[in-house]
Amino acid sequence: MLRTASWPRWGRTLLARGLGSRRGGSAPDQNGKVSEIKKKIQSVLPGGAWNPLYDTSYLPPEHSDVVIVGGGVIGLSVAYWLKRLEKPRGAIRVLVYSRASTVLSVGGIRQQFSVPENIQLSLFSIEFLRNINEYLAVVDDPPLDIQFNPSGYLLLASEKGAALMESNVKVQRQEGAKVCLMSPEQLRNKFPWINTEGVALASYGMEHEGWFDPWCLLQGLRRKVQSMGVLFCHGEVTRFISSSNHMETRSGEEVTLKRIHEVHVKVDHSLEYQPVECAIVINAAGAWSGQIAQLAGIGKGPPGTLQGTKLPVEPRKRYVYVWHCPQGPGLETPFVIDPSGVYFRREGLGNNYLGGCSPTEEEEPDPGNLEVDHDFFQDKVWPSLAQRVPAFETLKARSSWAGYYDYNTFDQNGVVGPHPLVINMYFATGFSGHGLQQAPAVGRAVAEMVLQGHFQTIDLSPFLFSRFYLGEKVQEHNIV
Amino acid sequence: MAAPRAPLHLVAPRWNAGTRGIRGLSRAAAPEGNQKKGRSLLQFLADRFYDVQALREYLLRKQAWKMHQKNRFQGKEWIRSNARGHFSLDFLKLQTVPVEAVDASGCAVNYQGLDSLLALKELQVLWLQRCPHVDDWCLSRLHPLASSLQELSLAGCPKISERGLACLHHLQNLRKLDISDLPAVSNPGLTQILVEEMLPDCKVVGADWARGLKVGQEEQYQDITSPIPA
Repeated sequence: MLRTASWPRWGRTLLARGLGSRRGGSAPDQNGKVSEIKKKIQSVLPGGAWNPLYDTSYLPPEHSDVVIVGGGVIGLSVAYWLKRLEKPRGAIRVLVYSRASTVLSVGGIRQQFSVPENIQLSLFSIEFLRNINEYLAVVDDPPLDIQFNPSGYLLLASEKGAALMESNVKVQRQEGAKVCLMSPEQLRNKFPWINTEGVALASYGMEHEGWFDPWCLLQGLRRKVQSMGVLFCHGEVTRFISSSNHMETRSGEEVTLKRIHEVHVKVDHSLEYQPVECAIVINAAGAWSGQIAQLAGIGKGPPGTLQGTKLPVEPRKRYVYVWHCPQGPGLETPFVIDPSGVYFRREGLGNNYLGGCSPTEEEEPDPGNLEVDHDFFQDKVWPSLAQRVPAFETLKARSSWAGYYDYNTFDQNGVVGPHPLVINMYFATGFSGHGLQQAPAVGRAVAEMVLQGHFQTIDLSPFLFSRFYLGEKVQEHNIV
Repeated sequence: MAAPRAPLHLVAPRWNAGTRGIRGLSRAAAPEGNQKKGRSLLQFLADRFYDVQALREYLLRKQAWKMHQKNRFQGKEWIRSNARGHFSLDFLKLQTVPVEAVDASGCAVNYQGLDSLLALKELQVLWLQRCPHVDDWCLSRLHPLASSLQELSLAGCPKISERGLACLHHLQNLRKLDISDLPAVSNPGLTQILVEEMLPDCKVVGADWARGLKVGQEEQYQDITSPIPA
């Protein structure tokens, strides 16, 4: 890259020598002037942001090694690990940020999954969160407090799901999660406010599970990633310019490999766009990754072939409601997930709770906007809550919000890794509601894939894109 | 070990001539006459010269900084280090005896360091006062001690908040819990009430819940003198 070529370094030493030969003059003043001159010289060189004709400082730069589409927790985590794991040569990254669902999340983290890779991802992420001030420390900035509540998750199962829950718990224990199984009687002894009718078995996470503040994690990542030299910009990706290469596989089949050369980023509220030349594109656009994939030409082809396999991620709207209940469950309340799909957790010291429910396929709300449907709470969520926790019959709804799941319609698990045909697009999306709790580990996995070509610490090969074409589902049973 | 349990009391720490140990402030025997005179001379000098004050503070800090790792075994008294911080070798003969009480106050125990404490299956008393690195994550690790732990003291730990206190409900045999002086707890009075509700058999000492209440006017003060029964 011309930016780090020898000329500016030589220029810098020349200036320094010139400074040393002068005596007198206030030192900080001279330092300020010198750094200004250095900045001007660097911006004039090719790759810098200086344009002699008009001001282009609000546009993304013209060249970048990696473009990450999506500035939520997954995108920032990928940027962080890329900068952390790269060999000493600094490569520039650009983030195109449009919208993020991270801050609308309820913020829970658990290891009670059925797929072993999900459990490993979550275990690493909790270790990351515990040592967050060592990972994300920035000089002169205050330490982060993610307000972690280690209260654990309580998953309840009816008769039908009891056998599945037992086998899941066995897998979880093998991977190292601390989960214990409880019978309805033990449940009543431990949590007297629960009504155990219809519950055959419960699994309770004792350690490494709970909830935290996702906004704080996002800010921490953002701050650290900016200090590592990643560039942020606001905009929308409108186009990919790519080139195709017709090749033959060993068995004689014809394959068209595509390579993205430019990303066109359109500025908000304007028709202006900037073509960003890049080497690698990472699709971490969350609920909108399907649209981004379509722009790159993924899925354009006869159905049933690899070219025709679309990225099956679409936005799904989910509601979260906050209510107050003075006689509700006490300080020890874990994150409770009912067999009907309703979940809730405590919030703070003031007997406030928040929770919600995933609607069935027929009741899916329209993801066009983020308007909250209050009738959904009255008809579907409240009755189940009152049935499970009788104290919730006298609750008072306080507020609510809605957010998007990046829902993977194929098997509700994440898509991680490169696309087999568009060779420089990597995915990190489709987590269907548990992206936040896996973000640090997924970021590391994608960074390893980009820098080394294979997964090193956690093997996420079951989560590659090719499973959509081959039809291999990695079904996660414990999704809310 | 089938030895009968002798009454177990904490013995006051030894005196360092001229300085006061922080523990000694409340529990010490009355000083002798000449020591008192020596101390008041030092006090007089310390009030007037910064150097003497700094020397006194240094000696005080040095004494407080010694790792007071005291352990109490079943039937025995507290085992603590001598003046130089060394343990006596009888310690090694007691390897098979279950440890009953651990006083790790002021120690730099952290999340990984708790591994050694959690291996003690019959621990009844655990004091973690003023430990600078004990935080909510450490508290979530204490659940393996649920069957035996009866007394827990977390007074003065700067990193513990009410979120960590929520995971103490696993410790069902707890009878005495000290949560005084926790600076990171946002609402000590309310937290005390919630923790008392969470652990009904336990005596929770620490935050005075009436402190958070605002006194209205003078006339109303007489009505609010006694706490409202729960």
